[in-house]
Amino acid sequence: MAFARSDRRRKPSADEPVALKLLVAGGFGVGKTTLVGAVSEIRPLRTEESLSEAGRPVDDIAGVEGKRTTTVAMDFGRITLRDNLVLYLFGTPGQDRFWFLWDELAQGALGAVVLADTRRLEDCFAAVDYFERRGIPFTVAVNCFDGAERHAPDIVRDALDLDASVPVVLCDARERDSAKDVLISVVEHAAQRAAGRREPATT
Amino acid sequence: MRPYAMTRGRTSSAAEMKIDLIALVITEAEPGDDGGAQDDHSLSPEHLDIVERCQHQAVSVAELASDLDLPVGVVRVLVGDLLEGAHVQLHQPVPPAELVDESILREVINGLRAL
Ligand SMILES: Nc1nc2c(ncn2[C@@H]2O[C@H](COP(=O)(O)OP(=O)(O)OP(=O)(O)O)[C@@H](O)[C@H]2O)c(=O)[nH]1
Ligand SMILES: [Mg+2]
Repeated sequence: MAFARSDRRRKPSADEPVALKLLVAGGFGVGKTTLVGAVSEIRPLRTEESLSEAGRPVDDIAGVEGKRTTTVAMDFGRITLRDNLVLYLFGTPGQDRFWFLWDELAQGALGAVVLADTRRLEDCFAAVDYFERRGIPFTVAVNCFDGAERHAPDIVRDALDLDASVPVVLCDARERDSAKDVLISVVEHAAQRAAGRREPATT
Repeated sequence: MRPYAMTRGRTSSAAEMKIDLIALVITEAEPGDDGGAQDDHSLSPEHLDIVERCQHQAVSVAELASDLDLPVGVVRVLVGDLLEGAHVQLHQPVPPAELVDESILREVINGLRAL
């Protein structure tokens, strides 16, 4: 294909399997595992990383001679949309020391969900920053825990200083339909973003 | 540390690092055949597990890790070996930015709605 070099986009042939991934991020205990479990059969996934990558302080490994890796568990879900079209969900560990893991997960991700709890919105700042900086389309899903004040999405948008194009939705991560709507919102946002990239001049 | 015994202490080479978490592994074979993996005595039982699981359908690296209860890094090494021995094929995911049109994303959205 002589013209292939200038055209990096390609269409997978009909029988070529297509695998896409979405990330589910957010602070500690915000409902990541619950959301992945609401829409897919959830399974644990272990990844072992070297401690230097994990940024663990040296004294932590004193006495554990020879152990140079640490195990990180992630939530992992699979949604089969049709033959040869699968969507994978990865719930990312909340702790900051696992940022290195995000880099691998974010690579080639279609988009992300940032789960936010209005009682501690600041917990999701890091995730919002992360996806903004990498240009990964994301939806902020405000998980309405019982008794939590139902901030209007616009208030959350302001507090997080989000771009107008970023969807902000309310959700209950325990409800399958609600969790589905969150994922749909991410994919729609990603599709709009892709369409925008394709026709930058036609405004 | 069984996983390390299994991969003979190797962690990950540059090639293995490029194996995406959602890359799909498919056993390289005619139906009923297993690409000669059974006859390759350098392979461990875990290698053969992978060959078998990927015989009838493509399985992602993440699922292999989850199903075999092995860390992702170990599965990468094993898949790397199998690639080297030409026992499996690897389908790296198409980066979303390279999908030619939105029809796939439309399908994903409709598929999610129908769940
Ligand atoms: N009321 C309410 N409770 C929720 C919701 N989502 C999650 N929970 C509960 O909140 C708790 C924490 O949820 P998890 O899904 O484990 O949160 P997580 O983000 O995976 O937590 P870590 O992995 O520990 O960071 C659980 O007891 C859930 O049942 C929600 O939308 N509404
Ligand atoms: Mg969790």
